Amino acid sequence: MAVPPILSVTPSRALVDEKFQVLVENLPPGCPVTLRSLHRSEDEDDWEAYGHYVSDHRGVVSVSEDLSFGGMYTGKEPMGLLWSMRPVPGSRKGLRLRKINVCTPMLVNISVHSGHEGFRDRTPLASALAERWYMAPGVKRIDINKQGVQGTLFIPPGPGPFPALLDMWGGGAGLLEYRSALLASRGYVSFSLDYLRSEHLSADVEFKYFETAFNIIRNHPQVIPDRVGILGSSLGSMVAFNLTAYSTIIKVSPRCIVCISSNHYHPPGTTLKAGFKILSKYVLFVGRINCPMLLVNGCDDQNWPTVETAEEVARLLREGGKEHLLSRLAYPGAGHLIEPPFSPHFRATKFIILNSKEKVILLWGGHTKPHSDAQEDSWRKILSFLQLHLYHSPSVKANL
Amino acid sequence: MDRKQCCVKLSVQPSRGLMDEKFIVLVQNALPGSQLTIRALHQCEDGHSWEAFGHYTADTTGTINVSEDPSIRGTYSGVEQMGLLWSLRPIPGSKPGLRMRKKNIQTPMEVTISVYQGHQTEGFADLVPLSGVVVERWYMAPGVRRIPVTEGGLTATLFLPSGPGPFPGLLDLWGGGGQLVEYRAALLASHGFASMAIDYLTSKFTMETGKMVDNQYFETAYRVLQQHPQVCGSKIAMIGLSFGTSMTLKMAIYSEVIKLSAAVCISGSHVQPVEGSVEEIMGFFQKNAGKTRFNEKNEAIWRDLLLPIPTDPSLKADVGRLQCPLLLVVGEDDQNWPAQESALDIKEMMARAGNSHLLTVLSYPNAGHLIEPPYTPHARSSTFKTVEIQEKVMCLWGGQTVEHSRAQEDAWKKILVFLRENLYGGRNPTSFSHL
Repeated sequence: MAVPPILSVTPSRALVDEKFQVLVENLPPGCPVTLRSLHRSEDEDDWEAYGHYVSDHRGVVSVSEDLSFGGMYTGKEPMGLLWSMRPVPGSRKGLRLRKINVCTPMLVNISVHSGHEGFRDRTPLASALAERWYMAPGVKRIDINKQGVQGTLFIPPGPGPFPALLDMWGGGAGLLEYRSALLASRGYVSFSLDYLRSEHLSADVEFKYFETAFNIIRNHPQVIPDRVGILGSSLGSMVAFNLTAYSTIIKVSPRCIVCISSNHYHPPGTTLKAGFKILSKYVLFVGRINCPMLLVNGCDDQNWPTVETAEEVARLLREGGKEHLLSRLAYPGAGHLIEPPFSPHFRATKFIILNSKEKVILLWGGHTKPHSDAQEDSWRKILSFLQLHLYHSPSVKANL
Repeated sequence: MDRKQCCVKLSVQPSRGLMDEKFIVLVQNALPGSQLTIRALHQCEDGHSWEAFGHYTADTTGTINVSEDPSIRGTYSGVEQMGLLWSLRPIPGSKPGLRMRKKNIQTPMEVTISVYQGHQTEGFADLVPLSGVVVERWYMAPGVRRIPVTEGGLTATLFLPSGPGPFPGLLDLWGGGGQLVEYRAALLASHGFASMAIDYLTSKFTMETGKMVDNQYFETAYRVLQQHPQVCGSKIAMIGLSFGTSMTLKMAIYSEVIKLSAAVCISGSHVQPVEGSVEEIMGFFQKNAGKTRFNEKNEAIWRDLLLPIPTDPSLKADVGRLQCPLLLVVGEDDQNWPAQESALDIKEMMARAGNSHLLTVLSYPNAGHLIEPPYTPHARSSTFKTVEIQEKVMCLWGGQTVEHSRAQEDAWKKILVFLRENLYGGRNPTSFSHL
């Protein structure tokens, strides 16, 4: 029996936003091989990615150093085996990969196969299992159902108190916890707010619901009350923006806000039942923004006019003398669903429209490589923005 | 903002690592020039608490990087990336003679690492840290499978690496304390070796019959491993520590059944009655128990039991007949076995026989007997009970913590390279560079 090549993934257990190194050794020199990743989702769909490589004179392939010559990604892509994942041939259409249970890791099997064409027909030469975690050790997960507000709170390990975040997603998913879990793993108390259930959607409750949520965070014994920010994506970013703009009225005063793929026009197809009374009075809003704001959007966003929105916001802030509060990250080739890095890109997926319960395929936009680059770059910059405004001392607010 | 530091950030990368992987401990956002203490706390399976700490000064950016900055004092000093683990010691007030060994290797060792204001040396339980994180240290990589083995009357556990295989195999033996000790085999499987930890002194057979196992027990273990569909039967090695070395050499040289590709012998000796069964070899040591010495702390020194190294060939495993590469690991301050003297004699015997090209000796000044995988605490002495002696004794193992910890780190890396080269036949192993 011949002794096989050796495949190692380091670290074998990591947070989802951490890089890993995939190394194959003990191959024959100059040997064509395919590196493949395989993941079975919670919905029992199989996702895979692969790259074609050639070993060097020592019989080594290093995914971090070598170039892929074909497959789902090409070139030097240390994390290509994750971000270029797609459902395996024969899968259902319109799938999206999102982890619901954040207390367990995402398991990815990395394997090496001989040759390039037809590699799937051959059993792997070696394989290794990698764990990708949303929760760092010691992070606590707490279900919140308090004063009518529902959601999930994540608290970092340690004595605290910590800066905190109100984290809001958009429509169509139910409550997603993974971003908050990851933010807690990066040192923030993070509250993923559940606000899209039908019982919440009456006009009177609107702002009050979010105000209560914000205050629950602010008053939490492990939160530093004047270091609470808001992070929202898609519909959630619209909420974030409006909460901040109306902050003097509803007494929600975030230290900073991050809006990902935001839209300030009434989005068709995802209307809140009795919507916010919004959106035609931009000048008023802009005058009320008093905290640093980071706007992130993909230039190929096919779902919402986020590019136009971002430009309009920038213009209005400039006119109001508040340009110094705004940072913008706009990514060419990226779509609507800008998420934590190394997760697969979805150009279009199945979606259930909130009101009508209609099932559609929604085009989000973006092309895989630039979208994945955008996810990696924006996450690092979002964390850096949050670190500056929520961890470091000086407050911009104090100067206004 | 008051003078108590706000929002000091502590991170450990990776937060989940293997036991032999290095980590980077980083403090950020501290006041520049502030004095801080970084402390590790671990509660072991027996319920005892262990701690380690270092005193640091934040630089002009308010940062401390434990891999680059020196600890001024503490349980370790200087630039010591892994000092927070290897210098762990029982907290003040603990009972003496403790040794940290993990029994359940399917769960991680959890260590809480915290940063405190000022240079603290005691009373940590009453202080509130500025920040704290939890770090997991694992003996088993994801995908490694743990399989209890009872075939052929064995008391053993097989650890298979993840993947299709086939994998080279390894028989893993510990010493005179007996029990089924799994952690090293689990870690070796995490590095690609199908490793079988064997209990050969307190096996089910021995506990039920009162009799010690014979040579066939080891041969059965070898056969079970060799015949496993995911094991490469022609690439099997053996690793033994202390009394496990005696067994390893015996099997490597004299067994008709066991054909090893390599052998690793840690803190042991070749001195043994050549024709002896396991029981007889144990008895041989017992016979010399009168040579036990005690130091000023009343700790037992057993290294003299096998000294002087005999000249009678019937009392030494004939290493001149070895046909596979042998790696000897020796602590020069070993107070339990005369590993250094034995290594010298082995070297001479092999030079005379003409097979010394097979021998590599790693000899470490100020290292003691218990040379184990790295980054676990050093026990210079601990309470110990061999299968022969029914009462617990305070046994002196030897070694000075800093040098012993360096020896563990260096030896482990070299053991992995040795096994890789002899079992996988690789030319330039690169993947241990992160260890």
